[in-house]
Amino acid sequence: MKIDPKLIHQTFLRNKRRERIKVTLVQIIILISFFIFWEVAAHNGWIDPLLFSQPSRIWALLVEKVMDGSLLPHIWITLLETVVGFLLGTLAGTVLASIIWWSPFLDKVLEPYLVVLNSMPKVALGPLFIVGFGPGFGSVMAMAVAITVIITTITIYTSFKEVDENYIKVIRSFGGKKGHVFQYVVFPASFPTIISTLKVNVGLAWVGVIVGEYLVAKEGLGYLIIYGFQVFNFTLVMLSLLIIACIAALMYQGVYYLERWLLNNK
Amino acid sequence: MSDSLLVMEKVTYIYVTKQQAITAIENISFSVQEGEFVSLVGPSGCGKTTVLSCLAGLLKPTAGRVLLDGQQVRGPTRRIGYMLQSDYLFSWKTILDNALIGLKVEGQVSKEAEEQATYLLNELGLGHYKHSFPSQLSGGMRQRAALVRTLMTNPDILLLDEPFSALDYQTRLKLEDLVSSILKKHKKTAVLVTHDIGEAIAMSDRVIVLGKNPGRIKKEVVVPDHIRQAVPFYAREEQGFYDLVRLIWKELEYDED
Repeated sequence: MKIDPKLIHQTFLRNKRRERIKVTLVQIIILISFFIFWEVAAHNGWIDPLLFSQPSRIWALLVEKVMDGSLLPHIWITLLETVVGFLLGTLAGTVLASIIWWSPFLDKVLEPYLVVLNSMPKVALGPLFIVGFGPGFGSVMAMAVAITVIITTITIYTSFKEVDENYIKVIRSFGGKKGHVFQYVVFPASFPTIISTLKVNVGLAWVGVIVGEYLVAKEGLGYLIIYGFQVFNFTLVMLSLLIIACIAALMYQGVYYLERWLLNNK
Repeated sequence: MSDSLLVMEKVTYIYVTKQQAITAIENISFSVQEGEFVSLVGPSGCGKTTVLSCLAGLLKPTAGRVLLDGQQVRGPTRRIGYMLQSDYLFSWKTILDNALIGLKVEGQVSKEAEEQATYLLNELGLGHYKHSFPSQLSGGMRQRAALVRTLMTNPDILLLDEPFSALDYQTRLKLEDLVSSILKKHKKTAVLVTHDIGEAIAMSDRVIVLGKNPGRIKKEVVVPDHIRQAVPFYAREEQGFYDLVRLIWKELEYDED
């Protein structure tokens, strides 16, 4: 019998497609069963509905809060804080890394400070931020930036230093100065690393923003969680958590597409 | 000696690290005439690349000096082009942009420069690939693109640091012929570093044999006219070629003990 490569390819594609469908199907089933189980368990008192709430109540609250327009401002402010926080943290980290790269002396001087700052839990700085930036948007931003900036600096600086010396030699052999080396070699070579820190920073900025809102805010999803906890409205807590999970996942996915787009278009 | 284009005068270079100071090359003197092709051969660790880096002005000799047209070389100059062992093309730039990088650093990119780059790329059979990225090209093509990049700043002297050693044998032989003819056509002076004795003899007018610990000149061999005039591929079939290989081989072997 003659073997037809086309047929083999088609079979291969069909199997791939089947596998993908199966995976997606199981994922959906898990999600739906999780909510059904949650609903049933709360309804029958297997779990304490006061503590764990239940999907139908969360849904009702969501509809109610969307209708009276009291939810969107909270989502908006948290989203804004997170996006600005992680962009600012990444930008500041990149600039700091560039300055350190520029001066080997500064690198040696700053090393122990960076180590200390990196290992210190930034959340502990909360009280300072509140006093410094006032209770509100400023402190929350500061928290998000504080959590992202040091690790960004360290990651990007490391990638600056790991650029192959020979590429630098190429530019130097054309009479290039330090600025040229940075512009033509070090920065573009580290671009993928900078982009990938964006992805890490999305997650970190969320931590900073939510913690910041726990501490000071009068609005935002973190505030809703704390508020719900204080008045023992766990339906509100659960709703906020679910919204955070959804938005964070969407944002992460967005950065993932941004990363792919930037890396293909440079 | 006075009419030499490039002169290395009693150059010593010492690498200093935290642990020790190592003499890479010691008291090396030689000169290269205009239009000449000189090869440096030697065992690994004999400081061949150090010699080239000093010539290029990338390293400052610990003692001695390098003269270009009687002027001391104090840093990289556009009259000297440097080609590395691997192509080191920038993966994020197209072949054309890679070729133009030297001029970009000098701030001299122009329409004419772009035409010149296109012309050279065509000449080296890369015309169709000028908008491709390095990852889409084979090793031989990439090394040719690197040659265009080096030629674009129009240097008088080309320093070639084992530019063929990462290529397969066939590509390597073809590229030797190509580089040799391009350099002759553009009347370039060249210094080639290689560990391949055959390649050194086939391509050059003169071969300088280096010894190691520390790097120093052991012997200078002038390649006879009839071998010189043949293109590298056929030079290997010329009479006396293998006598020269043997001569240099012995010189190097002696160094091993």
